[in-house]
Amino acid sequence: MSTILDNQNILSTICSFCGTGCGIEITVENGQPVRVAGDKKSPVSHGETCVKGSQGWGYIQSKERLTYPLVRRNNRLERSSWSEALKIITSAVHRVKSQYGSDGFGCFSSSRSTNELNFLAQKFMRQVIGSNNVDSCNRT
Amino acid sequence: MFGTGADTGSYDDFEHTDVIVVWGSNTQEAHPIIYNHMRRGIKNGAKMVLIDPRKLAMENFSEIWLPVNVGTDIALANAIGHVIIEEKLYNALFVKNATLFFEEYRNQVERYTPEFAERITGIPQEKIRATARLYATANRAMMAWTLGITEHHNGTNNVHALINLALLTGHVGKPGSGLMPLRGQNNVQGSGDMGALPNKLPGFFNVEDIKARERLERAWNCEINPENGLNVSEMQEAMHEGKLKFLYVIGENPLQSDANTTRVAEAFSNLDFLVVQDLFLTKTAQIADVVLPAAGWAEVEGTYTNSQRGVQRVRKAKNPPEEARDDLAIFCDLANQFGVNWRYETAKDVWDELRSLSPAHFGMTYERIDREYELQWPCPKLDEPPTQILHTRLHTNDVGLKAKFVLVNYEPPVDVVDEEHPFVLITGRRLAFYNTGVTTNNYGSKVKDQKEYLEICPKDAQRLGIDTGTVVRVQSRRGSVVVPIRISNKLSEGTLFMSFHFPDQVDTNVLTSDDVDKKSGVAPFKYTAVQIEPFLVSEE
Repeated sequence: MSTILDNQNILSTICSFCGTGCGIEITVENGQPVRVAGDKKSPVSHGETCVKGSQGWGYIQSKERLTYPLVRRNNRLERSSWSEALKIITSAVHRVKSQYGSDGFGCFSSSRSTNELNFLAQKFMRQVIGSNNVDSCNRT
Repeated sequence: MFGTGADTGSYDDFEHTDVIVVWGSNTQEAHPIIYNHMRRGIKNGAKMVLIDPRKLAMENFSEIWLPVNVGTDIALANAIGHVIIEEKLYNALFVKNATLFFEEYRNQVERYTPEFAERITGIPQEKIRATARLYATANRAMMAWTLGITEHHNGTNNVHALINLALLTGHVGKPGSGLMPLRGQNNVQGSGDMGALPNKLPGFFNVEDIKARERLERAWNCEINPENGLNVSEMQEAMHEGKLKFLYVIGENPLQSDANTTRVAEAFSNLDFLVVQDLFLTKTAQIADVVLPAAGWAEVEGTYTNSQRGVQRVRKAKNPPEEARDDLAIFCDLANQFGVNWRYETAKDVWDELRSLSPAHFGMTYERIDREYELQWPCPKLDEPPTQILHTRLHTNDVGLKAKFVLVNYEPPVDVVDEEHPFVLITGRRLAFYNTGVTTNNYGSKVKDQKEYLEICPKDAQRLGIDTGTVVRVQSRRGSVVVPIRISNKLSEGTLFMSFHFPDQVDTNVLTSDDVDKKSGVAPFKYTAVQIEPFLVSEE
């Protein structure tokens, strides 16, 4: 994936919290963000950020992040490979579809995530599953 | 409004206007940078009207503060409309040229005299009149709202009541005049625009629009279900009824964020299969059958759409940890298990497909967003500017589709305050924190007050013999939590405030009601009838 770098290690992007859409600059060192500051080029925020925008991004580097897929075995979540996790989902889709039809499915998509993810999530529900049961907490 | 939920104007309009009405929005804490735009507007001479049950810090800067009784906004809005009509302050030319059903609206608000509204809202009639005059006689006026308006059992009607005031005065579709529902999450606007809605296809087309469905069917070589789907609340009902058995949850934590969490958990226990795709092992992920580790912010390429309809690029600064993967790659691999042959190499490929299906987005290539930073939809042409203000046509001779007054009546809240539950609990966000705290629970020592507390006004605290630090049990009709109190001058008698940022300490949404607004599926987070009593340690 192409990435636009303003110079060697400053990356311009958009804050991930509220709906304002402030422009921010991430300073990246050795492949890790080390600092976030307002982006003066942003027509939205002109370099301003709030405490969440400038200080609240540490969650992406949290030790608590999920780092591999989990599947339920004997009523416990256990580590699995990606291919196994996707196979289990696929067979569950076939099983539920034959028993309940496409109305048996739903998707809570994410108003935290990108437009592109939301486009694919609704396409998956409509094209693959055949259901319009897709929504996100997009009224809040 | 007018079929597409979005801000009609831009943030810059707050800086060049005469009146800013902030209704049910703690903009300063929840949208601090939008509030900076408002502050510059005030500096430039705009007068602010704050309508909120809480005496927010913004009150210092406002010309008028209306501490409306929680949930009585329609009575207030209709009374403002009543005064504007009675005193002939409405924009007769705009009403005639650009709107429908004015006479019906006039009849509807006739009984909402300021005297009548005072009894319901607690706002003195003179203040209602003063607000009506200020808003109606301004050359330009902006109106902003957030969840204080929508998170009620009649939230959709609340929004209509506000829109009606803009139609009455023509304060919409002009520079410095607009309606601004401020979006709470980074991509609320975009997720809906992309068609992640049960009744909308990508690009603002209705599921019920046969031509739009046929276009998609050709593009995707499939049949599109012609029936509207279920919204989040309706899906949970279908889970209760045992009809919806497979749920895919992306980056959400409904077990802690949704109202009446006890009942939510029951719905989830009825599922045959739950997939959760997230950054963390949330409470919801813990009960899933499969948990997929996703890449997060700063780990993916793509776009967000902000509250003023502006599409902006987000970029990848680091790799996701270990085996966590980009959502787009996850969905491609999953979809291809079903033989649909998705071939998206990059986020740009996905975006270009959306552009081909949504004329309002067609003019926004990645290259152009890179160059211009932000592009506000609609932007149908590659070589024409984007749209800063919607509905400007309403002020021209070529009005086109006219805007309709929608008649709405005040209805009392469903979760009734009575002797057993005499307080109204309002829930909301605090400055440094975000929703269920999944992303804001690791500030370290940089941010103070990283815990839940219940705010109460001095008078009520004195009456109950409790003080800051006293631990109380808060009991609603659905459940109870235990939390320390803090005396706050923001609140008036009979109201309480608590956030929902620390559900592992205090699970606020055990209390809230899931009696949702039928039109939007939104729960009344801003109105829960509760009782409080000092909590004795021996109880546990």
